[in-house]
Amino acid sequence: MSGFDTIIEGVLLGGVYALFALGLSLIFGIMRLVNLAHGDLILLAAYLVLSATTALGLPLAAAALLVVVTMFVLGFVLQRLVLERVLGDDILPPLLVTFGMSIVIQNGLLLGYGADSRRLQAGAFESSSVTLAPGLSVGLAPLTALVTAIAAVALLQLIFYRTSLGRAFRATADNPAIAQLMGVNERNVYAIAVGLSLAVSVIAAVVFGIRASFDPSIGPARLLYAFEAVIIGGLGSLWGTLAGGIVLGLAQAIGGRINPEWQILAGHLAFLAVLMVRPRGLFPARRT
Amino acid sequence: MTALLNVSALDAFYGDFQALFGIDFELAEGEAVAVIGANGAGKSTMLKSLAGLVKNRSDAIRLGGRAIGDASAASIVRLGLALVPEGRQLFPSLSVEENLLIGAYGGERTTPWDLAAVYRMFPVLKERRRGAVTALSGGQQQMVAIGRALMSNPQVLLCDEISLGLAPIVVEDIYRMLPQIRSGGTAVVLVEQDIARALRAADRFYCLQEGRVTLSGRPKDVDQDTIRAAYFGA
Repeated sequence: MSGFDTIIEGVLLGGVYALFALGLSLIFGIMRLVNLAHGDLILLAAYLVLSATTALGLPLAAAALLVVVTMFVLGFVLQRLVLERVLGDDILPPLLVTFGMSIVIQNGLLLGYGADSRRLQAGAFESSSVTLAPGLSVGLAPLTALVTAIAAVALLQLIFYRTSLGRAFRATADNPAIAQLMGVNERNVYAIAVGLSLAVSVIAAVVFGIRASFDPSIGPARLLYAFEAVIIGGLGSLWGTLAGGIVLGLAQAIGGRINPEWQILAGHLAFLAVLMVRPRGLFPARRT
Repeated sequence: MTALLNVSALDAFYGDFQALFGIDFELAEGEAVAVIGANGAGKSTMLKSLAGLVKNRSDAIRLGGRAIGDASAASIVRLGLALVPEGRQLFPSLSVEENLLIGAYGGERTTPWDLAAVYRMFPVLKERRRGAVTALSGGQQQMVAIGRALMSNPQVLLCDEISLGLAPIVVEDIYRMLPQIRSGGTAVVLVEQDIARALRAADRFYCLQEGRVTLSGRPKDVDQDTIRAAYFGA
């Protein structure tokens, strides 16, 4: 069963990567904004959840909910006050600004929380497992991560394809000027999109923070995995991003199985392989 | 009757380039007015100014007495002025029905135009409502563009070159819907290069040349030569 174990492990790991990537995929799809601070914002969310559980003494779920609201507001304000000023035909200014934000957040976290590794405490949940079949049990935490990732994609898809906000998102992505003619306030749509992106990354932060320890410096590495998941899945497709995360997780698990030193390398190789075979990713969004 | 839409001394600029010079223009409730002129005469700029895509002096444009010259496009459509943009400009990521629905985004008025009313006027769109707009013919796409603008239940409907690139018979079909649109009280501004077509459908017309109004009046009061002179600047 060990080969099967590896696959299960890879798929579950993929759920975490997909959660990292969802927020990135979301705002790239709507506003063509590449947010280089995404990994650090996930970390910021993780530290905020940590503070809410320790300083305020809230249970983890309540803390997460509080931080979801906080990060949504933060995203909204960030877009209206900062990102909005640099979005335009030139893709360089937003890259520079989000790169700068990445450094500011990293150092801010270092200042506020120090360089020690931290972890979110989830009690018995961390170590409990469920038996899926005789001889096959999986950790409850990673399984929850995958299920959460699927639920998050399904929820975002529902918003995108079944609500008037979703229509406004897609219309603005197609043609912002014409969307305004429909009464869509582009500035608010973008701000809501960034808010939603950061709200989703709180889920990533909680799942990740339970699973592994974190310190202020690891944001950029999370960003890299998130990027790879988005690109593997195809730009602008949320289900594609989920698939991309799973491909990445699988490759890492299989690579690590062959030789523990190859784990990270295998993920990057899978990314390059997909790029060579399908340069637009596995499930690129339909565009005409 | 006071004008529904009142434009006075409108100058419009693209950066340093001045595209319109002192345009005066009026539109009454339920009226159909044609704006004709050669390429580059400023017709599209005028419509973009009205719709808020080009910003102007606040009181240069008044809709129902309210100064909207510098208002945002999104707020102007809520106030009751909708544009059918040149080249249709549908949203390819949205289905036919979603393209219509987004026309009503954020709007509070739901009569007389809703999905059912648009489908009654253009039954073919109902058959294709789940499909992609890119799969429609040019004429059908134009129907979606018009329907989308109507979904906001505008008092003023601006149509930018709706006959462009369409077969004459299709253009005929689309123009046949004009009385139905006007019967709901909506005033229509038609910008066309096809002068004869525009003048047949309009109560009044304005002729633009190099950003200025060179002639205006009722089509039946003006002879062909006068229009030609105003159009080409002979």
